[in-house]
Amino acid sequence: MSDVVEKTLTALPALFDSQTGAAKITNRLRQLIKSITELTSKHEEENLIKQELSAMKEQVSSPNTTMKQMREIMVRAMYCEMLGYDASFTYIHAIKLAQQGGVLEKREEENLIKQELSAMKEQVSSPNTTMKQMREIMVRAMYCEMLGYDASFTYIHAIKLAQQGGVLEKRVGTFTPHFHSSPYITSITHAQEIIRRKAVLALYKFYLIAPNQVQHIHAKFRKALCDKDPGVMTSSLHIYLQLIRESPDSYKDLTGSFVTILKQVVGGKLPLDFNYHSVPAPWLQIQLLRILSLLGKEDQSTSELMYEVLDESLRRAEMNHNITYAILYECVKAVYTIHPKAELLEKAARCIGNFVLSPKINLKYLGLKALTYVVQHDAKLALQHQMTIIECLDHSDFTIKRETLELLFRITNAQNVTVIVEKMLDFLRSCNDEHTIIHLVGKVAELAEKFAPDNSWFIQTMNDVFSIGGDLLQQDVPNNFLRLLAEGSESKEEDDQLRLYAVDSYLTVLKGHTSHLPQCFLQVMSWVLGEYAHLQESVDQREVIRLLTQLLDQRSVSSETRVWILSALTKISEGQTDLILDLAESLSSSQDTVLRQQAQELRHLSQESQLHEWALPRGAPWDGIEVDSSLSFLDGFVSEALAAGAAPYKPPHQRQEELCEDRALNLEPYGFSLPVSLSSCSITDRQSPTLLSVSSGLSGNSTELSQKAGCLILEGVKRVWGKDGYLPQKKRSTPPVDEPSAAVQPPGQQEAAERIEPRPDPLTQNQDKQQLASSLFVGLGVGSAMSLLGKSEAPPPRFRKKPHPHESSSSSSSGTSERSSDSSSRSSRNTTNSFLYGSLLEKEPATSISAFDHTPKSTTANGLAQNKDTKEDRRANTSQILGGDMVIVRPSTIQDKHPPSVSSDLTALLPADLKDLPHSDVISLTSDPSLSLSSCRLFRDEALLLVIFISNCTETVIKDVAVQLTCEELKTVSLRGNVVDCLEARSTSVCHYALLMDDPHTNVSFTGTVSYQTQPGHTNTLPFSGTLSTADFIRPLVVTTEEYGKLWLSLSHDVKQNLKLLTDAGDPLRTTLNSLKDALQLHVVDIIGSEGIVACRLLSGAPCLLHCRVNGTALAMWLRSPHPALPDCILYHCQRALAHH
Amino acid sequence: MIKAILIFNNHGKPRLSKFYEHYTEDTEQQIIRETFHLVSKRDENICNFLEGGLLIGGSDNKLIYRHYATLYFVFCVDSSESELGILDLIQVLVETLDKCFENVCELDLIFHVDKVHNILAEMVMGGMVLETNMSEIITQVEAQGKMEKSEAGITGAPARAVSAVKNMNLPEMPKNINIGDISIKVPNLPSFK
Repeated sequence: MSDVVEKTLTALPALFDSQTGAAKITNRLRQLIKSITELTSKHEEENLIKQELSAMKEQVSSPNTTMKQMREIMVRAMYCEMLGYDASFTYIHAIKLAQQGGVLEKREEENLIKQELSAMKEQVSSPNTTMKQMREIMVRAMYCEMLGYDASFTYIHAIKLAQQGGVLEKRVGTFTPHFHSSPYITSITHAQEIIRRKAVLALYKFYLIAPNQVQHIHAKFRKALCDKDPGVMTSSLHIYLQLIRESPDSYKDLTGSFVTILKQVVGGKLPLDFNYHSVPAPWLQIQLLRILSLLGKEDQSTSELMYEVLDESLRRAEMNHNITYAILYECVKAVYTIHPKAELLEKAARCIGNFVLSPKINLKYLGLKALTYVVQHDAKLALQHQMTIIECLDHSDFTIKRETLELLFRITNAQNVTVIVEKMLDFLRSCNDEHTIIHLVGKVAELAEKFAPDNSWFIQTMNDVFSIGGDLLQQDVPNNFLRLLAEGSESKEEDDQLRLYAVDSYLTVLKGHTSHLPQCFLQVMSWVLGEYAHLQESVDQREVIRLLTQLLDQRSVSSETRVWILSALTKISEGQTDLILDLAESLSSSQDTVLRQQAQELRHLSQESQLHEWALPRGAPWDGIEVDSSLSFLDGFVSEALAAGAAPYKPPHQRQEELCEDRALNLEPYGFSLPVSLSSCSITDRQSPTLLSVSSGLSGNSTELSQKAGCLILEGVKRVWGKDGYLPQKKRSTPPVDEPSAAVQPPGQQEAAERIEPRPDPLTQNQDKQQLASSLFVGLGVGSAMSLLGKSEAPPPRFRKKPHPHESSSSSSSGTSERSSDSSSRSSRNTTNSFLYGSLLEKEPATSISAFDHTPKSTTANGLAQNKDTKEDRRANTSQILGGDMVIVRPSTIQDKHPPSVSSDLTALLPADLKDLPHSDVISLTSDPSLSLSSCRLFRDEALLLVIFISNCTETVIKDVAVQLTCEELKTVSLRGNVVDCLEARSTSVCHYALLMDDPHTNVSFTGTVSYQTQPGHTNTLPFSGTLSTADFIRPLVVTTEEYGKLWLSLSHDVKQNLKLLTDAGDPLRTTLNSLKDALQLHVVDIIGSEGIVACRLLSGAPCLLHCRVNGTALAMWLRSPHPALPDCILYHCQRALAHH
Repeated sequence: MIKAILIFNNHGKPRLSKFYEHYTEDTEQQIIRETFHLVSKRDENICNFLEGGLLIGGSDNKLIYRHYATLYFVFCVDSSESELGILDLIQVLVETLDKCFENVCELDLIFHVDKVHNILAEMVMGGMVLETNMSEIITQVEAQGKMEKSEAGITGAPARAVSAVKNMNLPEMPKNINIGDISIKVPNLPSFK
């Protein structure tokens, strides 16, 4: 007690000090600001602030600083932060202060704490943070949490920490997540309206951060929506807008409520407080209209509910104020989004007129936006406003112009495309905003490709696109253009004409100044010239070579472009040996290795014309290119090298792991423990001399490279590898007949194009605009009279692309079968997901079985028989799965009560639809006096079901049981029954998680907590943890031997290893494979002689193929998969399975 | 959602910056600079919206601003906000400031940064509009002012002495969390129902 008194005494002087302190506060800040404003240079300012900060630091850490002074320091720190200086040392003090201080301090510190949180966020995600620091961060995060700030991002780390650390960490880890949501939930029922309001927003924020963890509070959202205070209801609309945007179907039932709310608001039923410029709660109305439009989209019955209120809103909002226009705008958008009703559409169209014709520029902008949105549904509307649109096109405001062009883009058709593209290019030339250029140039390219009236226009426009867009262009613009040229359309003649035009125009461009041309344009030109220059017979090939060589000499040309140019030169070099040799000579001393290599190739090819013809045939179709990404033709070479004693190749990821392994001290104490342990076993095994780990590793590299670089390089450089080296799949085609193209241009177009030439005469200007309008809006009126359906009637694009099946095989190394299985599993995942989600929201009680309520009805003998039955069932099912039949997953319905069972076997408690699935034994996870947890794994065909049984061991009811499961490496697809409101005495509830593993790890541990209340207001938590192995996530992959062969070639990552052969039975290979099959759920495709092939897949889709051959007393296993880590994992489990045998 | 609220003067000096998403210090400063650069170029009689924000990530975002005498008020929002709605929100903010400071001017924002932050916190919370009613906002801010006054000065001394003593007994207070104890008690937690 004495020290309390002592402390009080020391605190007292500070209290009396406070009056003078108040004066001081403003003085110090005033001084600081004044001195800052007096400074002349940035440098001086920096110095001053640094001084100030160090002074503050001292003050802050001295024990004599009073609270008042502290607060003053905080204000100054805030000011410094705003100017961009780091004052992070004050954060922790801010928190302290906020804890002790009064309201004022709290408010002040809030801002700083937010900064603190974001600083923590950075620290947490940095890999260098040590465990000790981490612990400190967690404690700080808890502090913040306690004060009511959101530090939820630390939870996951807290849990990780809890996994690794000692007792203290464990406490911290399990505590934080639980602590979180409760204060908000409590405050949602707080008496004061403003607090409820803020709590709702805080919950919303929490939902955005961790949607899975708040599923149990969806009911609270509804409560908030029905709150008696309109303010709270308004806040809850934020949540609903988000929820409905994610899944509109789950909330259709709320449409009625929203309509009623809007009706009341529009009808002025709210208190006058909510009026803004005599409009009732405008922001609320906007929010509601957005929600309604989301709900009514493509749904007639729901839309019909809201016609009346939309009509009402349109009618009421006629006052002339900004905010009413905001409501009108939302209204119009809603009317056009929901199922159409003619009467409403008409009214909405009139409203748009008001916007567009308004003299206020902001409204005009919104009008244009609305038009842009609306013309997708009804292009005719644009006709009414053509003159306004033309005016806007010449408007001085950049934003307006851009919006107008956006609108024009939407109404483009084959007839007005030239004028519109012209306008867009004009705008682009005067524009210097990068973002706008990228955006618009893509659109121009799209229009040109879709509607181009003739070849020359198309090529010319694309030239403009490339030279304006320059290197900002997105990669797919040049890619698409080149593909269009290369693959062509149906008729060969037309294609050649187009190519000829391109060659001609590029030659003209290259003859002019080239130094200002963007790299991307140069690349396109050199590719086209390389491929098609031979089509133009009137031009000497030497001239082309000369032009290209000139480019090479230019300093502004990047090395990537040089590679393009050189490969073009290689293609056309035939017969021009003298020129080429000079060039190759000059480049062979280049600094750039790639260039040097190409120069070498160039020299060899030009000297041997036969080889040249074979490697680079001219004018062959594009379909025949095949890329053997696994480089299997090198296998022979590799094995020879290995026989000669070369070290086996290790793919990069493996090398990395080994590096980690070699390090004496693990410098990354946090976060790495799991993967390292798994890799260690497989790697040490592989290092023994008898074992080989061979992979045609180049393949891994090359596919990665090509994926990274995109298909552009593949197309351009055209290095085509096949089984026998260069693939000679092109035949030389006869040069096509040159034919002057009949550029048929509709006469009206030409006129229109002429008309838009600027004429200075003011008298004719109006007329001029009229003409422009007629050319812009041509084809909109009559042609699209029936165009309510908008885009569906768009004319077919002029340049029709051929379907190109090879694109897929070159861009991704995985086979098609993988993709299809992937997509099918994804779709099934989706359906189950949505189903589960839906049922959760309906607040269906989770399975809860009371085992003691029922008197035993069957004898023990019966029970045994039953058990046997289920066991047999199970076996049957396993074999079914192993046989590879797809088990169709019935959408599960929860059974509340189960037939009474006498056996204590928990698996009997599984819902009926899950009972039939093959499952593991039930393991006890954890228990405490009131609850016991056990788990069981169910192998479903598209996911692993982790079932958790929660048993109430007491004689009392346990309330609010909530399970939370966390594992970073796994993906939770769906969950059910993780929240139980009330668990009867001596009963068991079942909760299950469907899990997927995206990245294979040999073993994955999960942790979780169960929170429950034995008596109201007293929450207990019970942590649990467990492990899952990859084997749980593997399912058999059923393929035929042929499919297997194809798939084998398409896979790139492989691992080889010798395994133990089980020799105790007659056929060692068959026995070994069968035991592997039983242990790991593999599919044995075929066994031929001493070789066997086996296939399986990871749940998320990646296949893994195993090739086994008996090699003396060992089994040589060769695994291939598109996934780099998967073979390692499977190998590990195979080893273990055989060792256990 | 509102991503950021910036106030700067005609010379680009920041007077208030509030970000509702996390950026590093440097990015924040860069955003302020670039926003000023974009906004200051625009004439008075063109529209108050700017699209294509490369700064705060994504083309979904736009800047909505208003220019009052020496100050620019800029809101950076994503597509889920109504343009005109935000424009009027700026008006509400300025009118509220005007009421609180009686003829607000740039100096008020400089010397009462804290108060401006408080007002803003009543209007926007975590990027969502919380309150748009001017009188309601002022009531809340004034209530806080009153509490502040009651805590300060000689009149507040007894209350502060009590709280100082209380703070000294901190470890024994139930609200403090003892990490060593597994059964954590949160005070006044009613049942979840």
